Amino acid sequence: MAWFQKTATKVKAKAPPVATKGEGLFHKCDACNEVVYKQEWEANFHVCRGCGHHEALPVRRRLEMVLDPNTFEELDTELAPADPLGFSDAKKYKDRVRSTFKNTGLRDAFVSGVGAIDGVKVSIGCFAFEFMGGSMGSVVGEKVTRIFDRAHDLRAPAIVFSSSGGARMQEGIFSLMQMAKTSAALHRFREVRKPYISVMLHPTTGGVAASFAWLGDVVIAEPKALIGFAGPRVIEQTIREKLPEGFQRSEFLLDHGMIDAIVPRPELRQKLSQLVQLLG
Amino acid sequence: MARTVYTLEFERPLLALEAKISELKQLSSGTSVDFTDEIGKLERKAKKLQAEIFRDLSRWQVVQLARHPNRPYTLDYLSSLFTDFVELEGDRRFAADRAIVSGFARFDGQPVLVIGHQKGRSTKENMLRNFGMPRPEGYRKARRLFDLADRFRRPIITFIDTPGAYPGIGAEERGQAEAIAVNLEVMASLGVPVISVVIGEGGSGGALGLGVANRILMLQYAWYNVISPESCSSILYRDASKAEKSADALKLTARDLSSFGIVDEIVEEAPGGAHRDGALTAQNVAAAVRRQLAELSKLSPEELVRDRYRKFRAMGVYASAG
Ligand SMILES: [Zn+2]
Repeated sequence: MAWFQKTATKVKAKAPPVATKGEGLFHKCDACNEVVYKQEWEANFHVCRGCGHHEALPVRRRLEMVLDPNTFEELDTELAPADPLGFSDAKKYKDRVRSTFKNTGLRDAFVSGVGAIDGVKVSIGCFAFEFMGGSMGSVVGEKVTRIFDRAHDLRAPAIVFSSSGGARMQEGIFSLMQMAKTSAALHRFREVRKPYISVMLHPTTGGVAASFAWLGDVVIAEPKALIGFAGPRVIEQTIREKLPEGFQRSEFLLDHGMIDAIVPRPELRQKLSQLVQLLG
Repeated sequence: MARTVYTLEFERPLLALEAKISELKQLSSGTSVDFTDEIGKLERKAKKLQAEIFRDLSRWQVVQLARHPNRPYTLDYLSSLFTDFVELEGDRRFAADRAIVSGFARFDGQPVLVIGHQKGRSTKENMLRNFGMPRPEGYRKARRLFDLADRFRRPIITFIDTPGAYPGIGAEERGQAEAIAVNLEVMASLGVPVISVVIGEGGSGGALGLGVANRILMLQYAWYNVISPESCSSILYRDASKAEKSADALKLTARDLSSFGIVDEIVEEAPGGAHRDGALTAQNVAAAVRRQLAELSKLSPEELVRDRYRKFRAMGVYASAG
């Protein structure tokens, strides 16, 4: 987060700390600009009590939020990106991965393992959007696949939280094939007749939306999450029109019958618990 | 059908030489002067030139060949390699999608399901075919027919040739991502042989939506990747004109994908590319499909599902950090 610290110091020099986003005691809402106690905002899982705006929640915090205390056991932590194409643009892919690891402490854009929700064992994982836009390369694809493999072997429900710009360009065809790999693994898991619940967070697009994320037995979204196949910019360039307000947001998808429910973050644990008990 | 002349920059010297040859041939048929030696010499020269040009094509040149408007499309393969084709168009949900053609036909007399992306050559055709970019209806039509093929135990042959699934308002409203996702899972479940042939462009998820196969064949000058070189370069360099560089970075040719173990077989095209001799290229496609189909036909439905699962389960390259 080197760039962020730099910005933050600069702002601090000019303005009183109260108005500084994400610093000190206070938090300013991205949507309504209301300034609230940071501690209270964090206790409410980064959801604004004033306007209900959902800001990104760190990946491990999310898993803690939905799982019973101290039940999360992280797995597959050894998996790290390789560079099968020798990919390079302004920066080498290898260097990009290394510096992102340094800044985020994450080896790739996905954290997964097993845990329990109200005593029910689940195979679970969550994207980390801060790692290269949550893009899916071989590591993410393998981790998602192992969620389904593990759920299959344990005969346990599977839960995946998605937040991703799609397949990772830097791994080319291997990234594309993760869509097929995860979907095939998911299909194998179906035979144990346990539920797979997919929760789509802001934003979920491209190859992740177009594979396991939309294949949930139940598909849930957080409020106002951007969810779709193509990104809004690509669509605007193609049709040469401005997109309507609210297009591709959770509420729009619910109205079109494309998802099952919108669940505000503070209610998520409760809803997941109900679902794994009703179906699991 | 009359085809418009469309010349790629790197083909120009070759086509100029060929024009000269046909001029001489015409001349010699009208007069008593004998140009046979001269013609023979030029023909040998043309052959050599073609070999030189095509020996070391850049990836970007391959992309251009893959998009050549005179390249054979799905319907061309349908008419040259299959008999008895009955097109089935209904997705039973919303609309007919002409960017994908599908139906049952016979291959070597054996009933099979054929599904492929279809581009147009004229503006009018491209309006109908939406430039080979399917909407959700296309994938749902395919899905319906996959189910039929599975139930009636008919092998499936898919032809992949799309710049990508269509990014539009209606497509999003009707669940483009969901439609593709469902096909990935349905294809993984099929108890019949599935062979995919990438005949032109393999544009990302829109291509893969017809591509979860037991065997993936790819024409020599086709491309297949997670993103088009233009989109890649507009993201990386904010400049679509650096597509040439992106094509190299993405490694998207048949040779690349075969070296990665993703593609099972490269199908050789006619000398100078499929657009120069569609019939010869189609024969090569038929031979490859015939061989693969014979192999796969030995497997039981359960073995076919397992074979496909194992194939895709193994895809991916990652490291193990200590
Ligand atoms: Zn707010």
